[in-house]
Amino acid sequence: MSTTLLQMRGIVKTFPGVRALDGVDLEVRTGEVHCLLGQNGAGKSTLIKVLAGAQRPDEGTIEWGGNTVSLRSPAAAMKLGIATIYQELDLVDGLSVAENIFLGHEPTTVGFARRAEMRRNARRLLERLGHGEIDPAREVGELSSASKQLVSMARALSLDARLIVMDEPSAVLAHDEISGLFRVIEELTRQGIAIVYISHRLDEIREIGDRITVLKDGRTVAEDLPAAGTPTERVVSLMTGRSMVSAFPERNPVSAPDRQSELLRVAELSRTGEFEDISFTVRGGEIVGIAGLVGSGRSEILQTVYGARKPRDGGVELDGGRLPPGNVRAAVRAGMGLAPEERKSQALVPYESIAHNVSLAALGRYTRLGWVDRTGEQAAAEEVTTALRLQPSDTKQPVRVLSGGNQQKAVVARWLLTDCRVLLLDEPTRGVDVGAKAEIYALVRELADSGVGVLLVSSEIPEVLGLSDRVLVLREGRIVRESPAHEVDEAEVLDLFIEGSAA
Amino acid sequence: MTEQSQADTVPASESRSATAAAPRTRSARARFSDGNQRQILGLLGVLVILIAVGSFTTDNFFEVSNLVLLLSQASIIGVLSIGMTFVIISGGIDLSVGAIIALASVWATTGATQEFGLWGMLFTALVVAGVCGLINGVLIAYGGLVSLIVTIAGLASYRGMATLISGGQPQVVRVDGFGAIATTEFLGIPLLVYMFAATVVVGWLLLNRTTFGRHVFAVGGNAEAARLAGIDVRRTRTIVFVLSGLCCAVAAIMLTARTATGASTHGNLYELDAIAAVILGGTLLSGGRGTLIGSILGVVVFTTVNNIFVLNNLSTPIQQIAKGVIIVIAVLLQRRANKESTG
Ligand SMILES: Nc1ncnc2c1ncn2[C@@H]1O[C@H](COP(=O)(O)OP(=O)(O)OP(=O)(O)O)[C@@H](O)[C@H]1O
Ligand SMILES: [Mg+2]
Repeated sequence: MSTTLLQMRGIVKTFPGVRALDGVDLEVRTGEVHCLLGQNGAGKSTLIKVLAGAQRPDEGTIEWGGNTVSLRSPAAAMKLGIATIYQELDLVDGLSVAENIFLGHEPTTVGFARRAEMRRNARRLLERLGHGEIDPAREVGELSSASKQLVSMARALSLDARLIVMDEPSAVLAHDEISGLFRVIEELTRQGIAIVYISHRLDEIREIGDRITVLKDGRTVAEDLPAAGTPTERVVSLMTGRSMVSAFPERNPVSAPDRQSELLRVAELSRTGEFEDISFTVRGGEIVGIAGLVGSGRSEILQTVYGARKPRDGGVELDGGRLPPGNVRAAVRAGMGLAPEERKSQALVPYESIAHNVSLAALGRYTRLGWVDRTGEQAAAEEVTTALRLQPSDTKQPVRVLSGGNQQKAVVARWLLTDCRVLLLDEPTRGVDVGAKAEIYALVRELADSGVGVLLVSSEIPEVLGLSDRVLVLREGRIVRESPAHEVDEAEVLDLFIEGSAA
Repeated sequence: MTEQSQADTVPASESRSATAAAPRTRSARARFSDGNQRQILGLLGVLVILIAVGSFTTDNFFEVSNLVLLLSQASIIGVLSIGMTFVIISGGIDLSVGAIIALASVWATTGATQEFGLWGMLFTALVVAGVCGLINGVLIAYGGLVSLIVTIAGLASYRGMATLISGGQPQVVRVDGFGAIATTEFLGIPLLVYMFAATVVVGWLLLNRTTFGRHVFAVGGNAEAARLAGIDVRRTRTIVFVLSGLCCAVAAIMLTARTATGASTHGNLYELDAIAAVILGGTLLSGGRGTLIGSILGVVVFTTVNNIFVLNNLSTPIQQIAKGVIIVIAVLLQRRANKESTG
């Protein structure tokens, strides 16, 4: 029988003008995987920042192993054995794997780091996670998201963590990497370590979770739910107060793609080491989905089509006109838009307001002679952010203080506002809650019905299959299958990822 | 809205009203928590304290002549700080402004230029300084060089050129109209102050009401995001440095008129005063955030300190020490205000 490791009671945290946490309770037991659920902006990340000592609560008590503690700083939390893997990974790219793992608690002799020992220990920790293949001497900046996450976990182990908090760890991982993550989590819980797991994907909760706590508007609305036994509808209605599961909009037969003209033609596009000989077309009114593992070249293809990277061979035509390679501005002028994968580094301007971020790419529409029509801009931004239920609704707030999922909505909103003719969406629903996903799907379909051609990349295969008219399956930089979306199912796509032969 | 495949999906209208009813909407207090506004309120507070100190320690602080003097002293650095605000918000730095002033001032006052009269001199200053800014901007934006390095190089070479052209000798202004720039007054206020005010208005509109201004914030806040949003990052960067150059031209005209000479020693170390004022005004040195009003308050605070010290007959070294202390205190205060607003 496992015992209570952590007990948080009545935690309150206010930011100017918003009560992010309004009396949250959370109880975690040793060796369990405890799932924390809630809509975007419910307060999940804020709660774990309190737990990590990164933010001080205004009220509430925290008990750790039966004793009341005060988590004054991240160092204090780490000392107790609480380690956190944040939503936005926070490793130092320029340092090696080993240096990152031991950052802040390096083994030293009179101030000099014992590097050999550090590498040895780093290797041992990575092996304990089942990933001895990661070289401790490598620079972290060169690693994939999945490997970076493992480095964060090794760091947690190096601190002798008894509780590891993971804020949406699966959002940056591919399908097969997620199974790897689950194996690691199982291994950790076997060693008696407790995990707090945050995710918007309910099927994952079912797979690895033991118990669930649900947050809504900064309050705990349900505790001690069994993860495997609670029906999805109940979880969703607790989270949202409504009963709704993510729904894909109907494909519209009137705007059937074959009646529309071809908009985008990509011909024999290649980039050394990334993808080879990629050819496809997108018609007006059509949503074309690209399914592929991380590293299969999906994002690279999108970026190259958009002109953010230069192809080695091949070209892109929009409406019959050839686009100059590697020229984003020409692509934008011709009517292309890209909602990039990494919201923080590629999309958002942190100190600018929600409205300014959302209107950034469409500013030309609200401008006369260089002068911004601020009323029109504001109204348009409010319309699209309301449709996506972006919180907070005051669009003058800086985008920096939004929750992860709400930031993602701002990125998508930006491109829904432009009047582009071809829209490239790279992981448009990463970190977005179930309810808001349906809104995004509906808006994307609406856009397609108005004649826009959409090219969609997503790690979630059901999303690609459910939203697209046609899918391209990508494996190691090559298209291995192209077919109408309703003619393939998830299992088939997964097979193609591995074999690539069924074409 | 498209027809949904699931019957139990909530219609859009209902979901909207759910948003409106969200319990945790922001209070009116949130407006004051805006980092920029706090910074400006903080600076106004510092200014009030300074004014109180000024009126207690001296008899003539509040005399009109003193206040007018204070404003005209603030004008030159003030104009520079406007261009500097654009540069710093865009994520750069311009250390060459003092040297550009020297070069513009010298070039506008050579014997040959003065032959063309007042307008010829004004035109020369604008073109020379604008071209210096353009060179900086092109090297940084298109050459991919770091602004710190490019403008340090500018700092050295522009002033070198000024010395070369003038032979190191001050050049007296002989055109009457030019000197009048510093002596003309309307309604008891010097023309210099009006020039400063006009630059402020133009700068403010450009930064806050045009697409270009938006682009400056976006480029400084996240250049990659700006590029992927289709913004011409390089052009924006270049224009920002040209603007800074043009502000140097205005400052050079003001300084040359006040001293009635063009000299290669003009504007020495002005870049530091301008940068200090901008940072004091709350603009982030890393870019992406800042206000013009803050920079101008920063300049006014510095000038007021100088003014009070001069009225109290304190020596220059003491003035300098005080200036350093004020910078540190003000930035510490701002940091605290900022922390409160972000948690
Ligand atoms: N520094 C801050 N200043 C002001 N408000 C903040 C700040 N940090 C978070 N908030 C607000 O607190 C609320 C809770 O945010 P939090 O990041 O905890 O949500 P979340 O549950 O993690 O959502 P998501 O699923 O989207 O990641 C949001 O409304 C957010 O805007
Ligand atoms: Mg979060």
